[in-house]
Amino acid sequence: MASILRIIAQRLALGIVTLFVVSIVIFAAVNLLPGDFAQLILGQGATPEAVEAIRQDLGLDQPPITRYFQWLAGAVQGDLGNSFAQANFASFAGTDVGTGQGSVAAQIAPRFENTMFLAGVTAVIAVPISITLGVLAALYRNSAFDRTANILTLSSISSPEFFLAYILILFLAVLNPILPSLSNIYDGMELSDRFIKTLLPALTLTLVVTAHMMRMTRAAIINLLASPYIEMARLKGISPMRVIVKHALPNALAPIINVIALNLAYLITGVVVVEVVFVYPGIGQLFVDSVKIRDIPVVQACCLIFAAAYILLNLTADILSIISNPRLRHPK
Amino acid sequence: MAEQLLKVRGLKIEGRSDETWNQIVNGVDFELKKGEVIGLIGESGAGKSTVGLAAMGFTRDGCRISAGEVEFDGINLVNASAKVKRELLGKRIAYVAQSAAASFNPAHRLIDQHTEAPVQHGVMSKAESEADGMELYRKLRLPDPENIGFRYPHQVSGGQLQRAMTAMAMSTRPDLIIFDEPTTALDVTTQIEVLASIREIVEEFDTAAIYITHDLAVVAQMADKIKVLLKGDEVEEADTRTMLSDPKEDYTKSLWAVRSFQRPQKPYVQTGQTPVVSVSNVTAAYGKVPVLHDVSFDIHAGRTVAVVGESGSGKSTTARCITGLLPPKQGHIEFDGEALPLDYRKRNKMQLRQAQMIYQMADTALNPRKTIGELIGRPVQFYMGLTGKEKRKRVDSLLEEIELEPSVYYNRLPSELSGGQKQRIGIARALAAEPKFIICDEVTSALDQLVAEGILKLLAKLQDELGLSYMFITHDLATVKSIADEVVVMKDGRVVEQGPKDDMFKPPHHPYTDLLLSSVPEMDPDWLTNLLKERGVDNIGDAAVGKM
Repeated sequence: MASILRIIAQRLALGIVTLFVVSIVIFAAVNLLPGDFAQLILGQGATPEAVEAIRQDLGLDQPPITRYFQWLAGAVQGDLGNSFAQANFASFAGTDVGTGQGSVAAQIAPRFENTMFLAGVTAVIAVPISITLGVLAALYRNSAFDRTANILTLSSISSPEFFLAYILILFLAVLNPILPSLSNIYDGMELSDRFIKTLLPALTLTLVVTAHMMRMTRAAIINLLASPYIEMARLKGISPMRVIVKHALPNALAPIINVIALNLAYLITGVVVVEVVFVYPGIGQLFVDSVKIRDIPVVQACCLIFAAAYILLNLTADILSIISNPRLRHPK
Repeated sequence: MAEQLLKVRGLKIEGRSDETWNQIVNGVDFELKKGEVIGLIGESGAGKSTVGLAAMGFTRDGCRISAGEVEFDGINLVNASAKVKRELLGKRIAYVAQSAAASFNPAHRLIDQHTEAPVQHGVMSKAESEADGMELYRKLRLPDPENIGFRYPHQVSGGQLQRAMTAMAMSTRPDLIIFDEPTTALDVTTQIEVLASIREIVEEFDTAAIYITHDLAVVAQMADKIKVLLKGDEVEEADTRTMLSDPKEDYTKSLWAVRSFQRPQKPYVQTGQTPVVSVSNVTAAYGKVPVLHDVSFDIHAGRTVAVVGESGSGKSTTARCITGLLPPKQGHIEFDGEALPLDYRKRNKMQLRQAQMIYQMADTALNPRKTIGELIGRPVQFYMGLTGKEKRKRVDSLLEEIELEPSVYYNRLPSELSGGQKQRIGIARALAAEPKFIICDEVTSALDQLVAEGILKLLAKLQDELGLSYMFITHDLATVKSIADEVVVMKDGRVVEQGPKDDMFKPPHHPYTDLLLSSVPEMDPDWLTNLLKERGVDNIGDAAVGKM
């Protein structure tokens, strides 16, 4: 057990180092974006003085290295800075620092919560379905069921997300009005209400992520079916279903967990299109909007959250894979 | 006469390769009474395991039973439904696999795997089966029988796993058990314990058994009757004593006569001669785990030093130290009287060239994507600097040296060669560097006896022609007898005894050497019984000796 704790500590430390490196990359990349906020907000007729004033106000006149360390110092303390877009420029008298609406945290928090809710609902639907389908496909490998499942999941992953979304809207909202096609969720909604409004985007995303997880489950299990202990289980007269679930699946967990983690990370970071189609107020939309208006603090914060999500999920996957290996769980 | 439990008649099995079905078992018949043990014997590819599995109505993927009957207690298993077979398998017919380490599921505790069949077949409750499992573990003399079942397979040694697997096969008290080479992967000293346990428990529960092995001496201890198979054909069948004393067929006689190859003892090395390789006081460790303690021995020009010992005794680690793959913590290694850098990265090309290695698994030691010409040509170019026509000439002459026709084999891939041929390529690759010294790491243990003998003869011939020195790592004392000049016996990372071969095989021995030597099964069917008596009731148990 001590060795597992040590491995976890090591991975965690490595994750923090990775995050630090990523923060440099993010900062550099965001600063390479053409144009700047002051220019954009004041339009073409802006006087150079006005532009300069806003730049000064926001600290954009400082050299990049200084800005990076200011940002990093703030981020480490949990202060992600203030959104440019929410700042009050009317008086040029400085922003209402760190309070209320203006802070990046206040902008991102509700959006991030929504994104996590959508990802959570999708995961709860998609992961069990994928694993069950994968197990069944492995059990009835090369049968009609296996082929159909493969073709369907592959076509759904190959189709553009907006297309899948419109198909679902067509069948579940327009032709059979079961679910609402707009996911305009807001604070203080009933949970059940919120769940129903989230269902269509969640189903769309399920169609997108199922194929990977199902195919990996199937492949990982089939990969083990030639092993001597599977033959042994068969020779003990164990039913085919039990052979797969009890004997193959526990040994196939590591690759499956890793693919699940990658897909969950995708659900947090890559669902802009689906959010747009269903008007779902998630972090992806906020991110794209912020890029459009060069709201640099929000863009950086979003990138950092995305990176952290990837790192954290992969870390969790690593740890779970290690724990799924009895050799590490029960050393000699 | 007791009724026949199993009748196999005209059994033919086909295997699929390249989209066509080829017959691999060409009609085998045998019958088995309750409590009777039949030994199936033959070389690899003889179809022993295939026949053994077919006796359970089971074929591996890519095989099918094409004709014949397997009748178990009146049920024909060949055309029985999967459900009927599942009812029998694990309940009335059980299987013990060759490698228990691979055949236990790594994800579950031993006892959970033990109780699975009884619970699934509704023979016993989980609690009953657990208690029974502990009783079986005790009968099979596993250490700490109450708790060993709660361990995972990787926490238990190979010999113990093999016994746990026998216990698992016994869990439902089946009428028939198929033992598929259950002791082949074990050391000789462990093999004896497992053999004794199996024999005892099979007799106690009056279980019929099919015992599959390539080792005649083992089958002589276990079986009531023996059937010899060759490439899917029956050669002959007779009861054990008749078969041993009076084999009818030439093939059987050749099997019996194998291992006749033996080199005479060379004159002792004169003192004062500089050895080719000298290992002095070598101590080595993997990380913090010490593996070698103060190992010293010399290898002289044109001599073969056999390093023997059980698995884990440090034989291969010694080889890794000599080659510099594992730099020793202490001690030094000399080559022709000159100290070698301990780390291979610090050795120059000349020093690297002088010591070559041949591996146990020729399969994995040869890059499957390179042709034979490329495999041998690479060291020719790297060490000798030959290219183009000269290189080709050298590779051809090396192929001739190992008795393979160059024009036939030059462009082949390893997968197109048999096991023995692959091992010959491994030898040629080592020779390509024109070394003085070759380490042979268990080079014959993956091969059939007749093929292994060919390899040993080739190595001996090359030694005479080229004056090579060999370090011959093996756990097989018969191989030692046939090829070694000097013997080094290792145990737990220490050298326990060393000296010229003739002295080693004559008493008095170090007690460990004695244990090793006496554990090598002999052809005499009473050998195991006598040996167990000799070693005394203490470590085998009263019941065992009484029964046997």
